Amino acid sequence: MKNILPVLTVILALLVVWYASAFQLNKQWALDMAARQDRTMTTPQLIADTWAQDKPKLPAPHQIVVELWNTVALKKVTSKRSLVYHAWVTLSATLAGFGLGTVLGISLAVGIVYSRVMDRSVMPWVIASQTIPILAIAPMIIVVLNAVGVSGLLPKALISMYLSFFPIVVGMVKGLRSPSRMELDQMRTWNASGAQEFARLRLPASMPYLFASLKIAMAASLVGAIVGELPTGAVAGLGARLLAGSYYGQTIQIWSALFMAAAVAAAAVGLIGLIQRATLKRMGLDR
Amino acid sequence: MTLPPIILAEAALGVLLTALAALTLGGQGALVTALVFAVWIAGTACNIWLVGRVGGAAAGIAPLVLGGTILVMWEIAVRGYGVSGVILPPPTAIAAKIATSVSILWEDFVQTVIKGALSGYAIGCIAALVTAVIVDRFDFLRRGLLPVGNFVAALPVIGIAPILVMWFGFDWQSKAAVVVVMVFFPMLVNAVEGLRATEPMQRDLMRTYAAGYWSGLVKLRLPAALPFIFNGLKIASTLALIGAIVAEFFGSPIRGMGFRISTSVGLLALDLVWAEIVVAAITGSAFYGAIALIEKRMTFWHPSQRGRG
Repeated sequence: MKNILPVLTVILALLVVWYASAFQLNKQWALDMAARQDRTMTTPQLIADTWAQDKPKLPAPHQIVVELWNTVALKKVTSKRSLVYHAWVTLSATLAGFGLGTVLGISLAVGIVYSRVMDRSVMPWVIASQTIPILAIAPMIIVVLNAVGVSGLLPKALISMYLSFFPIVVGMVKGLRSPSRMELDQMRTWNASGAQEFARLRLPASMPYLFASLKIAMAASLVGAIVGELPTGAVAGLGARLLAGSYYGQTIQIWSALFMAAAVAAAAVGLIGLIQRATLKRMGLDR
Repeated sequence: MTLPPIILAEAALGVLLTALAALTLGGQGALVTALVFAVWIAGTACNIWLVGRVGGAAAGIAPLVLGGTILVMWEIAVRGYGVSGVILPPPTAIAAKIATSVSILWEDFVQTVIKGALSGYAIGCIAALVTAVIVDRFDFLRRGLLPVGNFVAALPVIGIAPILVMWFGFDWQSKAAVVVVMVFFPMLVNAVEGLRATEPMQRDLMRTYAAGYWSGLVKLRLPAALPFIFNGLKIASTLALIGAIVAEFFGSPIRGMGFRISTSVGLLALDLVWAEIVVAAITGSAFYGAIALIEKRMTFWHPSQRGRG
């Protein structure tokens, strides 16, 4: 872990910049308030005030930590005011979409690798599908699906799926094609059937590519779930917290939701990383 | 001659669903289902013929055939089943809407793409490149910033949109700011990676030429980093459009693609929403394609670009 010192330095620098910006951005409001109440503020008072406002332009890090502690640890998990509850709502949609996207992505990749027609006709659309800003039409999908009678988890999961299948298709196509001509010929000399070639050579060879794609897909899936929550009228979920926070100017609430989302993303991606390491180790592929 | 397995599978699915439609929807439903599948099978057959027989140049048409097939299936299905335009308008209705509302679409395009996305994209990418050069110069910074950058690149950065809208106001400046933040980290990570892509042998050669830091950077390491930089530029191009549109959901003046989409959904004017989506899709593809074209010109020497005609 020789990177720890530089990383800590960078994080420390970020914190310093953050406190300085919080002071700079919140200063005006504090001064206005003081002027209105006809009192002057000394510099230490001013600094303390900018770091402890109720609705600051930029909350100081410790305010966010306090808010996180209040909403994560001090509230019951089932309470609607608990951030854990909202994180779970988002995470369940994320995981459902991620699962669907993984299945769709892998099946498409198998089709593309084994069928020349699919390779030629479907692959370009897989790529084109990602230049469509799906997040932009997320509200429409949610509203339309609601109109048809599908609501709750599934619409969000569908958006997550759309975002997460793409990296998996691309990664798996690359991975399933990664065995060399020589290795494929070797399988043929062993009289391997198509299914055996797939199960014993192509699939194992694609694992490193699959895991790299899964990490990207998980991050994309979370973004999809969060954006999918925006148009539902801020009912539940991290996206709803963001929207509600922005309606009522609750910056601390927005930032705590953001940090929660970051933690969820880090945990999910980290979990895939652990599975990756264990799997590749068993396969003898780790470096 | 035997039928290809794909056709057989499609035909089997078609017969099954037609039977199902006949049972649940009656005669017309069955007819529509049969028609949809007939179009699908015809399209697939056409593609199989194109790929197998003509090859080469004609293979470029195959995706167009698939796209056309899907549009025709969509049209038949929506009209045949009598799906309400409030749920899914048929392609012809969308085309008609595009034709009659060019001025609105153009106004939104200027507001969101040119003012919001492009300016943010330019600022973000240039800032990331400059930062990458600085980070690359100092190893300590690289080891500290790169893990943090990788981490941030995996975060749902779009979440800061409401905060930036609060800071920079409702107009395009806040959208550009969201785009800057969204493109910065993927771009930075790629550029830093690229700047390290030269081999020690090549760097030693530059040193034997008595090249200083700057000429080494300009003549060897920046060109060698180009494939990575273009990769970052491509990823950033899709992110830029998404960022600009989604940021408008959190507040915008009464124009812009995101504004139009969210308000039209509320008004159930789905043909206009789809018109905006078509514009966004074309813009996104053109943006991506343009960068890919420049990449082809500038990195013609790279293995991934060679041998592709």
